[in-house]
Amino acid sequence: KDKLLSDHLRFQYEYKGYIFGSITPFVESFEETPLLVAVLTYIGYGILTIFGYLRDFLRDWKFEKCHLAREREEQKDFVPLYQDFENFYTRNLYMRIRDNWNRPIRSVPGAKMDLVERVTPDYNWTFEHTGKVLKDVINMGSYNYLGFAENTGTCADAASECTVKYGVGVCSSRQETGNLDKHEELEKLVARFLGVESSMVFGMGFATNSMNIPALMGKGCLILSDELNHVSLVLGARLSGATIRVFKHNNMQSLEKLLWDAIVHGQPRTHRPWKKILILVEGIYSMEGSIVRLPEIIVLKKKYKAYLYLDEAHSIGALGPRGRGVVDYFGLDPCDVDIMMGTFTKSFGAAGGYIGGKKDLVDYLRLHSHSAVYATSMSPPITQQIITSMKCIMGEDGTTLGQERLCQLSENTTYFRRRLHEMGFIIYGNNDSPVVPLMLYMPAKIGAFGREMLKRNIGTVVVGFPATPIIESRARFCVSAAHTREMLDTALNAISEVGDLLQLKYSRKNRHGSEGTDLFSYLESHQD
Amino acid sequence: MQFAPAYHLILEGILILWIIRLLFSKTYKLQERSDLTEKEKEELIEEWQPEPLVPLVSKDHPSLNYDVVTGPPSHRIIVNGKECINFASFNFLGLLDSERVKLKALSSLKKYGVGTCGPRGFYGTFDVHLELEERLAKFMRTEEAIIYSYGFATIASAIPAYSKRGDIVFVDEAACFSIQKGLQASRSFVKYFKHNDMEDLERLLKEQEIEDQKNPRKAKVIRRFIVVEGLYINTADLCPLPELVKLKYKYKVRIFLEESMSFGVLGEHGRGVTEHFGVNIDDIDLISANMENALASIGGFCCGRSFVIDHQRLSGQGYCFSASLPPMLASAAIEALNIMEEDPGVFRVLRDKCKHVHKALQGTPGLKVAGEPLAPALHLQLENSTGSRTNDLKLLRAIVDYVRYNSRSQITMCVLSIRVVVTVEQTQEEIEKAAQCIREAAVKILK
Repeated sequence: KDKLLSDHLRFQYEYKGYIFGSITPFVESFEETPLLVAVLTYIGYGILTIFGYLRDFLRDWKFEKCHLAREREEQKDFVPLYQDFENFYTRNLYMRIRDNWNRPIRSVPGAKMDLVERVTPDYNWTFEHTGKVLKDVINMGSYNYLGFAENTGTCADAASECTVKYGVGVCSSRQETGNLDKHEELEKLVARFLGVESSMVFGMGFATNSMNIPALMGKGCLILSDELNHVSLVLGARLSGATIRVFKHNNMQSLEKLLWDAIVHGQPRTHRPWKKILILVEGIYSMEGSIVRLPEIIVLKKKYKAYLYLDEAHSIGALGPRGRGVVDYFGLDPCDVDIMMGTFTKSFGAAGGYIGGKKDLVDYLRLHSHSAVYATSMSPPITQQIITSMKCIMGEDGTTLGQERLCQLSENTTYFRRRLHEMGFIIYGNNDSPVVPLMLYMPAKIGAFGREMLKRNIGTVVVGFPATPIIESRARFCVSAAHTREMLDTALNAISEVGDLLQLKYSRKNRHGSEGTDLFSYLESHQD
Repeated sequence: MQFAPAYHLILEGILILWIIRLLFSKTYKLQERSDLTEKEKEELIEEWQPEPLVPLVSKDHPSLNYDVVTGPPSHRIIVNGKECINFASFNFLGLLDSERVKLKALSSLKKYGVGTCGPRGFYGTFDVHLELEERLAKFMRTEEAIIYSYGFATIASAIPAYSKRGDIVFVDEAACFSIQKGLQASRSFVKYFKHNDMEDLERLLKEQEIEDQKNPRKAKVIRRFIVVEGLYINTADLCPLPELVKLKYKYKVRIFLEESMSFGVLGEHGRGVTEHFGVNIDDIDLISANMENALASIGGFCCGRSFVIDHQRLSGQGYCFSASLPPMLASAAIEALNIMEEDPGVFRVLRDKCKHVHKALQGTPGLKVAGEPLAPALHLQLENSTGSRTNDLKLLRAIVDYVRYNSRSQITMCVLSIRVVVTVEQTQEEIEKAAQCIREAAVKILK
């Protein structure tokens, strides 16, 4: 039998709780769905489907008023734009709980926000704004990991100055007259921040992936992509024209098997060798809260001579003692990752994306990336916001604010996860990831959870099918450095209340921890 | 009770033993996956060398070092240290420098901060987004509008939301890059018709009709679309919209119109090519435009009837899975719309300037002007090509550099032509000077 390298790595992990080559213990858990809950969830969806068919029947035969927008009279005999069954889920399931999404806000999306109150006279088909504002709702949904979403302070002042000097738009692409001195400054700063030779910035994070992967990969190349990769990565891989093979989420055996097969057997049917192999992974997976096993992937990559593309949309600024992302978290060398990609939306409070790597790579992208030639460059005040916040994190602005925020985020994450685990909820993901998915499972609880939390003045994000597998709907919390201990306690009490009300405490694992954790919690509560 | 005969029992016994044997025997595949031994596999893995991640780029590739613009890219632009008049940025209405727009963006920054920290579905919808969508819908006189946070992603996400595998899309040959990416992502059948050639399009539509009659059941579910641009960015001419609408009703195809260059430029009030031709806007199924040209902000929008636009709120990939537009950019766009609505005379001024530039550039020796007199972005193409693409590029680049140094006017290159952009801020003398210099450059370099 082939002695796979990953078997050896797994032995290390299971034996010691450490991942090969890393210095921090790697604790991830994805507790299994209890059987009764799974059965009840399927029954729930079944009942909803039956009612869905009933309502469609009533609407077709005009017993019930139809709120859907209709095709024009003049175009009635055109081929229908949507198939009826495509929208079945939208009409009958999503519509019932639609008020949990797209909630408009009218303040900074910081730790607390002001929501616009909406009422619906016809069961979520239309919304009306009452004119009232729900003030100081605790924000557990925005990706504000380091708390840079603020309208006062050095970042906001610098961005204001930049607006006055440069204006808001650019009206040109990078290769023409859109390359401002600010962009060059930002690129040098990003390269220094990541510890790579050079970097390039783009105006939109989604577009960074979908426009640059096609520039790097083509026909005859192989892309090995994780099961749960983000839509932008999947789109970029598809547009490139390369062959795509999917490996199980964070599973090194599955990845190694694919690599082994790819090199030994070559391209399908012709058996020619592959031109290049690219492994596509993310730093933190936003729906699972899991962290990629980077040291193991780098060992595999070096053995099989593949290239690694790391998408750090959620992990840059949020992981690691110095905030430099997954590479910093595991204490590895940034040169080992061939292409480091990330976005500025989450931890830096701005918008846009970047790609960092060797100078050859970035030079090639400057010439051949579709974004540089056809798409507008980043807006100047946004660029300034990133520069100021990045300097703050690096400590170059003369204060220790960056370091304080990083420590606060890490403390908040540990505390929040520990308390939720103790209460008996099923939490997915790694102990150190600030993204905390809490399992709800049943479709009715998705809507109920969102609404009950809003009644207690806490804004949460709930996700269901198709973003997650059909029985694994969840609520997802994003911990932020701007949350104080009181805010987290308020939120946790409310979550516990709602959890009791809706019977969400499914976990069968040991709730009240062993002596060690009790001592830890005693020390923590007596810290200040 | 009857005992079964002996041979019966023996036969059954043999059958049971045979089944047990089959159950426990090893399965074999008809075709062995590989005849390689372990050692050979290891050798293959050792020997395999991938190509380098990126091919080498020569250090003196002309496009490698971008021109650095210091300060704002407004009417007077400082490129590589030299101050020039800007004939290159798409700042048609001169709103990049507008004080009102900057003030509104500042007040929005003070209220909301810079970023939105989330997609539209998860607390990333601000009241300014809703306001901007309403204002755009009202301005374009449609039912609804939807905003994207990046201009390139607008049409590239809109097309795959409606057109899936198996549908047919008829596209003009000169369609811009983002439309091509949208078509690629949609996996539909794409049929290109010759640029602005309605007969060619009709021929393709007739062929499709004949195909449909062979298989009417399939034809009832295949959706058909025509994708055209109002003002083409690559050739600077208009699309014949009234004929397209006639073809739409005759062959039952839907029209998607991309108006990045014509929004805020054509039409009496700047509503684009539908106003210019007087076509009923409800006849066009979807109008998409980006706010990065005339509105001098960032982002894009699609507008049309609610029946069409609402679908993108759940299936437009660039809308659902990407962070929303920063609120200060949305406020800037609202203020720019206010300015456009208050002063519709600016469109006439722009049109006059376009005609003027078009006339001034006629008769340049060696270069021909491609584009409508109304188009604010004209192309100058080489009349006689040297035969090699790199040489053509060198000549054009030499002209651009000459013009920049001698007359301080910044024009740019795009694929095999020089682009000259007209804005309302350019004065008569500046236009004359630039045209004069282009003529000199053409004479000197192209002789």
